[in-house]
Amino acid sequence: MAVIRDVMPAFDLLQPSSAADAQKLLQQHGEEAWVMAGGLDSFDWLKDRIKKPKVLVDLSGIDELKGIRTNGDGVEIGAMTTLTEIANHPVIKSQYGLLSQAVELVASPQIRNQGTLGGNVSQDARCWYYRDGWPCYRAGGNICYADTPVGRNREHAIFGANRCVAVHPSDAAPALIALDAKFVIQTPKGERTVDAEDYFLGPEIDITRLNILQSGDLLTAIRIPSTFSGAKFYFEKVRDRNVWDFALMNVASAMVVSGGNIDRIRIAVSAVAPKPMRLRAVEDAVRGKPADATTGTMAGNLAVQGAVPLQFNAYKIPLMRNLVKRAIGGVQEATWTS
Amino acid sequence: MDFITWAISPWGRSVPIHIAWYLIWVAVIAGLLFMIVHALYVAIFAAPKKFTKNDSPAVLAAVPERVPRHSLVARAFHWLMAISMFALLITAFLPKVGVKFDWVTYHWIAGLVLTASIIFHIIHASFFLDFWSIWPDKIDLRDAKRRLLRSIGKEAPPPDRFAKYPLENKLYHAVILLSGLAVIVTGVFMMKRVNTAGIFTRNPYLFGDMTWGMMYVLHGLAGVGLIALIMVHVYFGIRPEKLPITKSMIFGYMSRDFYLEEHDPKRWAVEESSPPQKGYAPSDAD
Repeated sequence: MAVIRDVMPAFDLLQPSSAADAQKLLQQHGEEAWVMAGGLDSFDWLKDRIKKPKVLVDLSGIDELKGIRTNGDGVEIGAMTTLTEIANHPVIKSQYGLLSQAVELVASPQIRNQGTLGGNVSQDARCWYYRDGWPCYRAGGNICYADTPVGRNREHAIFGANRCVAVHPSDAAPALIALDAKFVIQTPKGERTVDAEDYFLGPEIDITRLNILQSGDLLTAIRIPSTFSGAKFYFEKVRDRNVWDFALMNVASAMVVSGGNIDRIRIAVSAVAPKPMRLRAVEDAVRGKPADATTGTMAGNLAVQGAVPLQFNAYKIPLMRNLVKRAIGGVQEATWTS
Repeated sequence: MDFITWAISPWGRSVPIHIAWYLIWVAVIAGLLFMIVHALYVAIFAAPKKFTKNDSPAVLAAVPERVPRHSLVARAFHWLMAISMFALLITAFLPKVGVKFDWVTYHWIAGLVLTASIIFHIIHASFFLDFWSIWPDKIDLRDAKRRLLRSIGKEAPPPDRFAKYPLENKLYHAVILLSGLAVIVTGVFMMKRVNTAGIFTRNPYLFGDMTWGMMYVLHGLAGVGLIALIMVHVYFGIRPEKLPITKSMIFGYMSRDFYLEEHDPKRWAVEESSPPQKGYAPSDAD
């Protein structure tokens, strides 16, 4: 089991000053390179001496990856923009408040000052068996310690488990999916843009990664189109304590309501599956219906169809049902059921 | 360079977790090398086949133009097994070499198909075919020695023609039987570790870490061995001199000429009316 030793293994520290240089370095060093954004995920791994990269590429000196740029068709957020800057940005707050709400609930103020949007969406799973260095599936082994009869799996997945049952820990991810964001990736073959929901990978595809980034790839920016600018947003994060904690579950929805009916909607939940989950069936079911408690109840019941709880996380089913219900019908109209 | 990847279990023990994946490439290269060496040997060094032939006119008269070799059931089994084997190899190893897709479900389904087909084959071959026809006999061993001596220019009588299966077929069958049983037995146990839509109840505690690790290693070793074996099998299947045998696995019969050239009617009787002696196989169309 890993023990924090506070002394990181030796590695070559590379600090490029441009995205192009960073991408070339990542390409050059391949699997031996570790990408560090804010360092909040990285230093855990390194100080625990579980990850021992030969090369660490520190992105903090790349100014072009920082900042929020607005244009006629939305905003572009550099991958190295801090969560605090995003939470406080006037355009984000006024037009894309879903994202500012989501990132404002990440961890603590100190962490948000250091943590970046790119790092938040690209961080690794928080399953303690995995983080402690046990040889589980995600670490290249042949077992999931959490998915055993006595495994501690209260925080783990109720959907999409495929050998590994760890959930995606990002708070920003469901908000970005709901806002129909696009992720811009520099690859050895050039720039590639993917939909937010396609950025994340489930264990059925690759059990050792949570996203599609491969060796030599660099997430440079996240673009949010104006599709849902100024829409009705809902974000709720449920956690064991109100600061500095990962989500037990969160929900993000962006709705355009006209005449009381839902005209357009995107809704996503996180911490229920190995990747943030867009609820397409719910979106299809509620489109054209009133944004009220009745529709919310129907949506909540639909959302949990197919959930498979583990030994200690069955509570996530009513939790998800109610979060989705609140996201559609609003908090004041919702009542908790279990 | 380790053949096995090891890890430290939560109890501090060093346990194997799987084979080193570079063995995939070792198997591929071994298969390719075998093909190249064999093809060069046949093209440059190998002498033409020469067999002892003393077929009586009565025997010759009894051989039909189309000699039944594989029944429809036997062919269906072979091709079903082939499809499932290819599915298993593709789903097992492509993800390991970088082609990512949702492979686990397809893998265990293909594994179940292979297991069912092998069980059927064992029953079919044991009770409805001549079980011993696929195992090497004394004549095979004697003739193998003769062929070896003749291939290196030594004096030796010509070997007899083959029974239903040449010795190489029999040896290949034995090797693939071992590797196939290894992947099946270990694979069935490994299904206790994944969700199988209710077919197996998950029980990751069925064995200890060391036993599970050895099971994964054996599964992997047999699996990469099958890569080379299947490559070689396909290679022989498309070699010109073996095409009549391959065609017989498609159409069920081989030509009279090929049969009389390579197979000994005394060792592989085709007459429907005469029951075979033990070890002397009839066509399984019988």
